[in-house]
Amino acid sequence: MSENHKIIEIEVLRYNPESDEEPHLEVYKVPFTDDMSVLQGAQYIKDNFDGSLTFRWSCRMAICGSCGMMINGIPKLSCETFLRDYYPNRIRIEALAHFPIEKDLVVDLSGFIEKLEAIQPYIIPKEPKTLAEGEYLQTPKEFNAYIQFTSCINCTLCYAACPQFGLNPDFIGPAAMALLHRYNMDSRDGASASRMELVASEEGVYNCSAVGYCSEVCPKHVDPASAVNINKANAAKDYFLRFLSPKGGSK
Amino acid sequence: MEIFKADVVIVGGGGAGLRAAIAVAESDPLLKIALVSKVYPMRSHTVAAEGGAAGVKKSTDSYDYHFHDTVGGGDWLCEQDVVEYFVKQAPIELTQLEHWGCPWSRTEDGHVNVRAFGGMKIERTWFAADKSGFHILHTLFQTSIKYPSIKRFDEHFCVDLIEEDGRVQGVVTIEMSTGEFHLIEGKSVIIATGGAGRVFRENTNGGIVTGDGMALAYRHGVALRDMEFMQYHPTCMPVTGLLFTEACRGEGGFLVNKDGYRYLQDYGLGPLQDKPKNKYMELGPRDRLSQAFWYEKQKGRTFEHPTLGSVVFLDMRHLGEAHLRERLPLIYEMAETFMGLDPAKELIPVRAGIHYTMGGIKVDAKCAASLPGLYAIGECASVGLHGANRLGSNSLTELVVFGKLAGDEAAKYAKAVSPGNSSSLLKQAQAIEQRILALKTKTGGTESIAVIRKEMAQSMEDGCGIYRTEDTMQATCDKLAELRARFKNISIDDKSSVWNTDWLTAVELDYQLDVAQTMAHSAINRKESRGAHQRLDGPDGAYTKRDDVNFLKHSEAYYVADGAPRIALGDVKITKSQPETRAYGAAGEKADQERKASHV
Repeated sequence: MSENHKIIEIEVLRYNPESDEEPHLEVYKVPFTDDMSVLQGAQYIKDNFDGSLTFRWSCRMAICGSCGMMINGIPKLSCETFLRDYYPNRIRIEALAHFPIEKDLVVDLSGFIEKLEAIQPYIIPKEPKTLAEGEYLQTPKEFNAYIQFTSCINCTLCYAACPQFGLNPDFIGPAAMALLHRYNMDSRDGASASRMELVASEEGVYNCSAVGYCSEVCPKHVDPASAVNINKANAAKDYFLRFLSPKGGSK
Repeated sequence: MEIFKADVVIVGGGGAGLRAAIAVAESDPLLKIALVSKVYPMRSHTVAAEGGAAGVKKSTDSYDYHFHDTVGGGDWLCEQDVVEYFVKQAPIELTQLEHWGCPWSRTEDGHVNVRAFGGMKIERTWFAADKSGFHILHTLFQTSIKYPSIKRFDEHFCVDLIEEDGRVQGVVTIEMSTGEFHLIEGKSVIIATGGAGRVFRENTNGGIVTGDGMALAYRHGVALRDMEFMQYHPTCMPVTGLLFTEACRGEGGFLVNKDGYRYLQDYGLGPLQDKPKNKYMELGPRDRLSQAFWYEKQKGRTFEHPTLGSVVFLDMRHLGEAHLRERLPLIYEMAETFMGLDPAKELIPVRAGIHYTMGGIKVDAKCAASLPGLYAIGECASVGLHGANRLGSNSLTELVVFGKLAGDEAAKYAKAVSPGNSSSLLKQAQAIEQRILALKTKTGGTESIAVIRKEMAQSMEDGCGIYRTEDTMQATCDKLAELRARFKNISIDDKSSVWNTDWLTAVELDYQLDVAQTMAHSAINRKESRGAHQRLDGPDGAYTKRDDVNFLKHSEAYYVADGAPRIALGDVKITKSQPETRAYGAAGEKADQERKASHV
């Protein structure tokens, strides 16, 4: 970096479980150019000041979902957030809220992954078909019913935004609920009934207090809040119908 | 040390690794599968692929056309029996992805749609908007959850293979969140760790694309084949190297120089076309387009941007915002977010950047490496599909076609062999643990990992770029030898166990240096120009031309402890397409007609 570069102060929440009792802030003075992302700022610190600074990253183009962090208190992907937008003020970066910190900016995602696994996130075909019979047809209407909810990159910014997840880590949460909705709305799938049990369960949609912050922070415009709220209505309907309808497969 | 006994171990959880895992699980639910990935599988770099996956779909297309496009596109360095198998399996595997829920873009009547791509005679690229890799990866990851026999080791970093009794018998990993070592035993091992583009400076690849599996196999005596063939993608974002998919041109985008001139017409790709025409102009192959960029720069016809460097422009303004938002939504957002411009109204500055590793772990047509029990698939492998230049949209299909095949083969192998001797495998694993730990615990080092990495990447760009000469390649070979020596003196700041990325980055750099050496030494040994390997030198310019007499051969790089790799040449399998002049545009069409006439 030449001396022409501006210098921004980056305040980082550091935590090493092997030596720190609790997280603490450290400030680094980072030379930057206008095209530099917050992620590149963190990389600059790691390469030049302290190799122990720890964070996840890979694609640099907002599609792999690795590099989410709190940036001045707001959950964002650090690769598509730019230092120039904070200069000349100091910028603070911290691990995503509501998740246990493993080290520095790395949080424990195992709970989120378990939620994804729990919702049967795969097609359970309504009408099984062999490969020789070719593709399933989907009209534009059928396609549009679910396509928006396929765009989730699992970055978990919505969990860091969700006050209910903060209170109850068992809440299935926005992204997993959006994915569940994605499969339920897919014309190829026939398993929505079994997924609805989870929707209506103690960990399900009724935890949501309709704050809508999850959709606001979503970098891919998935709108998980709408998925959650559609399922609130569906779960209520489902609950009601269960008393009226005969049970399938229970003879 | 934690021990897990699997039947099949898969290292790498991208498209290829996941497809292989599902194939093993479906072939026999009793087989235990360990799927090891240094990231959560949906972070794997498959996620960043944009344009789509090639497979014959239209009634006007044929397997033969796809075969000839691929073999000609690869400048006849493809294994032709492998290509024949690939083109036939492609539509089956892409349909399988559809059945698993992949949201392929559709036509109005509900069928899967296809788009045009470079070097392809007929539109055959299945696409999910411009997030095809993302959707394939998430579809495969989510589908894999259905199979209880797949045990995932997420965020486990693989540090070595275990070899005993002349066959591979497992891997050793570090659990990143704890720093604990694990021995994962397996009767067969599939490597699916992706490419190595990060050894170059300006590249489209994610930070994880560091050639890990290639280096591991190489150190166990397996050849890395055709490593000199690195693909430059012609339309990358300057500085960051982020990718603007070829689908930008498939949808009708133009490439223009600083004068607004569609310069590709000067490089054997014309005449000029108003609408996208297959194998003409902007739909030529990537090697030719990247080479044209290089020449434009030499001629002073690139735009010299004060911060972005030398650029040409991608012009999509005539396609209109609605079409761009529908077909290229990610590209639209990237242009807005990262460059602050509106592609429906403005030109996008682009330049050629490193994109894809054509070479890799040498495997046979069934994905088996020379070390018994070891298989390799996807970008880390050289099964012989891409030859000297890969056609865009063949690699996503490769993941599923060969992922499936390798899964089936590795399952068969695992059932046929008896389990290994656990106590001696553990002894080996403990020795590996000591060796890797020593890298972290040693004191007194003075070299910075970041500095060595930067010097390596710069040197690869200088010596093994779009055009190469003996002198520049030799300088790179020398530089890499120097960096290899300096690496022994590295210093690691972080001495902790939990999430020590400082240490793991050093292990990755060690892999990268090995892989970089195979690229540079294979390149200097190839005294001709073919596909992505283009030279400017030789007696009377002899190396500027393709030389089928001496170099219709694969390069094979073999590991030599503490030295440069040994380079050998291997035969190319030719079944039905003899090498011809490789031509595109009107010249290509004329050559096609002549070939047809001579076959009548």
